Amino acid sequence: MNPEARNSNNLVFCAQDLNVYYGEFHALRDVCLDILPNEITAFIGPSGCGKTTLLRCFNRMNDLIPIARVTGSIEYMGVNLYDPGVDAVEVRRRIGMVFQKPNPFPKSIYDNVAYGPRITGMAKRKPALDEIVEISLRKAALFDEVKDRLKNSAMGLSGGQQQRLCIARAIAVNPDVLLMDEPCSALDPIATTRIEELMNELKDDYTIVIVTHNMQQAARISNKTAFFSVDVNLETDTRTGTLIEFGDTEEIFSTPKDSRTENYVTGRFG
Amino acid sequence: MTPKPKHSTTGTTAESADISSSVDSTAAHLMVAHLTVADLKSSKSRKNRQKAVHAGLALAAMVSVAVSGFIVWSLISEAWTFIVEVEWSQIFNIGWFPRRGIYDVSTLLTATLITTAIAMLIATPLGLGAAIYLSEYARSSTRAFIKPILEILAGIPSVVLGFFALYWVAPEVIGRISDNSTGSLAAAGVGVGILTIPLIASISEDAMTAVPSSLREASTGLGSRKTATTLRIVLPAAISGIVASLIVAVSRAIGETMVVFLAGGAGDTALFTSSPTDSGLTMTAAMASLASGTDNVVGEGLTVQSLYFVGLLLFVFTLLLNLVANRFVSRIQEKY
Repeated sequence: MNPEARNSNNLVFCAQDLNVYYGEFHALRDVCLDILPNEITAFIGPSGCGKTTLLRCFNRMNDLIPIARVTGSIEYMGVNLYDPGVDAVEVRRRIGMVFQKPNPFPKSIYDNVAYGPRITGMAKRKPALDEIVEISLRKAALFDEVKDRLKNSAMGLSGGQQQRLCIARAIAVNPDVLLMDEPCSALDPIATTRIEELMNELKDDYTIVIVTHNMQQAARISNKTAFFSVDVNLETDTRTGTLIEFGDTEEIFSTPKDSRTENYVTGRFG
Repeated sequence: MTPKPKHSTTGTTAESADISSSVDSTAAHLMVAHLTVADLKSSKSRKNRQKAVHAGLALAAMVSVAVSGFIVWSLISEAWTFIVEVEWSQIFNIGWFPRRGIYDVSTLLTATLITTAIAMLIATPLGLGAAIYLSEYARSSTRAFIKPILEILAGIPSVVLGFFALYWVAPEVIGRISDNSTGSLAAAGVGVGILTIPLIASISEDAMTAVPSSLREASTGLGSRKTATTLRIVLPAAISGIVASLIVAVSRAIGETMVVFLAGGAGDTALFTSSPTDSGLTMTAAMASLASGTDNVVGEGLTVQSLYFVGLLLFVFTLLLNLVANRFVSRIQEKY
């Protein structure tokens, strides 16, 4: 990871010396990481290693936590997201997010997908909105299942359908990037397979970053994998997340350079 | 195996382990053989104590039921006397002069309507605004400072607010926009409004805080600003609780007595008026003022019964509102 060797012209994200603190707690240390367009990048690692924290830095969701503090920089298409002039709301309109637990609004299926376009003023007239809703639901492979009940409450859908609805809702505002925080952890294996297939289709249009606890999932779907671990400092009794290794998924899982990565991906925690 | 303490006897640990394990099995065997129903019987005194506790608690519940029942019965029976015996031409007259046999209930109803409307006009924006601020905007340190103050406001005795309305709101606020600075329906309404702000604020805030934060995150993640998240996600999700808080507040405003009695500016009689800046008598104030003072309730034959009639009306109104409020509150619980 030599910063000089990077060609930043073709990067979606370029994180440099990124540190995240929650109050006194140093959650993530010195992360340098590049994310390429139209790829799926997976973050793996044990609990508490900061992978979700890093993901939430990419669309400044950590701003919602008053005690969170970020140093270093994340360049998004050449602009530092943490520049004082950058409006987090504008960032989130370009970088969508899908959460761990499906969290549809207690509104109709239609209104869930139309929410983003409505608040961003993308589409005001009904025909245009109808079209966005249909396209988004089709992209999320949900349209055929719900086309006859778009006015029904989204709360009546199954967990897997709800998560695909959340993906449709995220892509309705036409983002460049989709951040996914363990999107399948609350789903059964069949629903998980559907979401994985969906991600493979979506990567033609979007750059996807996914946090997952499921190593097989990372191995199956991602192009790049970043392995994070927890550094425990026994003297100060502090635990800090660090990026151990980042590279092509195949390499990470077959010929990792770091022994900690090898131990983790082979199931020996050490 | 390590010996259980209660079986351990003196001796070395190894010995006692052996002994206790053999004692264990034989003792258990003997116990089963020698058990009779008498061994499992509870003592008589314990049984009696149980019964006494049960009876005592049941009595406590029954007393409140009986008292409520008695109140409703006396309300209805006396009100019924009034309904049967009153001259109905006197019901729609010039005002409320019960000692002269003029029982224009519409005077009282209108006054109650006016004070309640003014109270809600004040309390709804302030209470909801405070609730939204506390639940969505305030930092936790600010919230920790403001919430107790709201609770103090809720704890102010209504008689104090009545004085405040009469001696400050009436001359300083109502007196400046009209020529009546000595107590009016408007002054009373403002006082009742202040009284109901904390009610609306705390119930609505509870309803908004109960909205899962995952919904706010979803909205924020879509590029929504705080105002849009609050107006389009949080308020609709909490709407049943908010409506419930408004209904509870209306019910409180209708039933509030001390503030309207003190600040309404009328004695125990009132001419019909629909102007908020006039002095007036609400239903509750009419009942309180007739029953207070040294001469108590005297006058024409039906004066006492007229109070019961007004009381019954009040009871029916607040009961209906509470029923509606309860339905809304139970709808909240279905949602999450």
